[in-house]
Amino acid sequence: MSHAESEAASPAILSELKPAVKPRAELVGHGRSFSWITDKICNIAEEKTPVWWWYCFIAACIVASFTVGGIIYLVSTGVGVWGHRSPVNWAWDIVNFVFWIGIGHAGTLISAILCLLRQKWRTSINRSAEAMTIFAVVCAGIFPVFHIGRVWYAWFLFPLPNSNYIWQNYRSPLEWDVFAVSTYGTVSVLFWYVGMIPDLATMRDRFAAGGKLLKARVYGLFAMGWRGSGRHWSNYEMAYLILAGISTPLVLSVHTIVSFDFAVSLLPGWHTTIFPPYFVAGAIFSGFGMVLTLILPLRSIYHLEDLITQYHIDCMCKIILATGSMVGYAYAMEFFIAWYGANPYEGFAFINRAFGPYWWSYFIMVTCNVITPQFFWFKAIRHNTWLVFILSLFVNVGMWFERFVIIGTSLARDFLPSSWGYYSPSVVEIFTFFGTFGVFSVLFLLFVRFLPIMAIAEIKAVTPQGDPHAEPVTDPHGKDPTVDTVHGR
Amino acid sequence: MADKTYGLIATFDTPGAVMHAAEQVRDAGYRNWDVITPFPIHGLDQAMGVGRSRVPRISLAGGITGFCTGMSMIWFMDKFDYPLTVGGKPFFSPLFAFPVSYELTILFTAFATIGGMFVLNGLPMHYHPVLNYDKIRRGTDDQFFIVIEKTDGRFNADNTRALLAKVGGKDIGELES
Repeated sequence: MSHAESEAASPAILSELKPAVKPRAELVGHGRSFSWITDKICNIAEEKTPVWWWYCFIAACIVASFTVGGIIYLVSTGVGVWGHRSPVNWAWDIVNFVFWIGIGHAGTLISAILCLLRQKWRTSINRSAEAMTIFAVVCAGIFPVFHIGRVWYAWFLFPLPNSNYIWQNYRSPLEWDVFAVSTYGTVSVLFWYVGMIPDLATMRDRFAAGGKLLKARVYGLFAMGWRGSGRHWSNYEMAYLILAGISTPLVLSVHTIVSFDFAVSLLPGWHTTIFPPYFVAGAIFSGFGMVLTLILPLRSIYHLEDLITQYHIDCMCKIILATGSMVGYAYAMEFFIAWYGANPYEGFAFINRAFGPYWWSYFIMVTCNVITPQFFWFKAIRHNTWLVFILSLFVNVGMWFERFVIIGTSLARDFLPSSWGYYSPSVVEIFTFFGTFGVFSVLFLLFVRFLPIMAIAEIKAVTPQGDPHAEPVTDPHGKDPTVDTVHGR
Repeated sequence: MADKTYGLIATFDTPGAVMHAAEQVRDAGYRNWDVITPFPIHGLDQAMGVGRSRVPRISLAGGITGFCTGMSMIWFMDKFDYPLTVGGKPFFSPLFAFPVSYELTILFTAFATIGGMFVLNGLPMHYHPVLNYDKIRRGTDDQFFIVIEKTDGRFNADNTRALLAKVGGKDIGELES
């Protein structure tokens, strides 16, 4: 669009108001060069394994062994070792499943939805957020697989011909969940891998130049012989855009279907139409909490301040603020509808949530999920990395309790007081859940050690020098260089 | 050595320079040539005269296949092969079959998109003459290259070299196949 056209298309009032031209935020600090970006990110995987990594890795392995131990005990003894009993036959397993799946959603949001919305700041954090997604799905998958008790029958979840000649019940949201979560895991891995191909090629070439031929071969194998061809980039960019386009409805549908596990039932407190949007907002909220929890230490350990700038942290805090406020609105709306709907069971379910025997978990949930994000209105707090880190931990805790409140309170006290109960987890459940943080950390530490933790090629493309029109000397369209300095920034 | 030549390669330092050069190579009428860049440059496909990617067609085919697979699978299993009454509900309805078909649409689209991208790009291709160039390492780091293949009808060692020099290419060298 030419300058004259854009003038004509814009409202006349603009010429009177003369809005200030604000420079765009820097996405890469200190005007770093292409080769600096390559070196910085590749060095993380190429350098000698740092001592802190070994400490963290060993600690993570020890924590992960709790999950392994818990699962071995469960499988060898039976599902009764968990604290489930009537009326709460579904508790920490589904709470933990929803918790981990929700965390994964921020990775897909960053890589897919922000890609479609052309939010360039996503490039610095999308790789690690996608890794987080995959590892979170791994942790989430543990619970539904093992809660069936006889885990060797887990393949019954999939439509595989078996000797009973019976098929799955596709009327059940639980079966939809099987397809949603397995598709989500698969597509997340594919998206992550495709995004990594050019960066694996970069690492291949660096290892080859450094004489490490075995590593060059291994990375080269996964780089598929990528050579940065312009014709390849054209297909690649299109494929990436389509993957972003299909991952967006995917991530929304996955948590919608997870919420259907509850919403399709007839239980007071579960049987509500607000669940799908409320679950999706909560998932993104918790996921961004986890992204900050992971990225802030990485940023500080590897001195990535020029790649993950204050602007990136600001953006993430604002998303947490927005989604946290949506979650808070959903809590309020649930109460309103419980009263307005005039169903005594529904009304009781919500009074019971806030003031019943689980009041403490409701209190933790509201404190962490509604009050915590409101701090992010203040710039001073968003600019204090320690505070942001601590608040992100509160978000993680709060979102775990949200699922516990929804699942625990509704099941423990439903219609008939004679069938009420109180649920407490057994030590096996606690160990199994505690251990998943170790499983997650082990996987994430391996990722940090062996793979490019940031999308090298994508970051270069959003730098000012990566814009082919930003250079007045070679600019083929003869644009005004002063305009370019504004847009290039 | 002449028959072993794959083509000529020239180096550029900035995305703007390589894009400007690509426009001139395109206008000179070359067809079998390529640009090597460390990251996707916005507008390079137009500068190279590369048309819109055909990946979306493959994706669409994958998506339609996925949706039909889901619907027909559920119809086959619950209505045809082993009808089972659950809560008096119909054996088949597109409504309850929709979520699973929807997920399979996305799953098949993803595989078709990625598979299509690999097929159209001719990947994996672990051997390529361009990768033998001793300075190509910078092509995944911070430099940009234009490669013109010998198989192009307009290729002429002297004229092509002169063109690459005219458009600002540096270190013009021959690639061996």
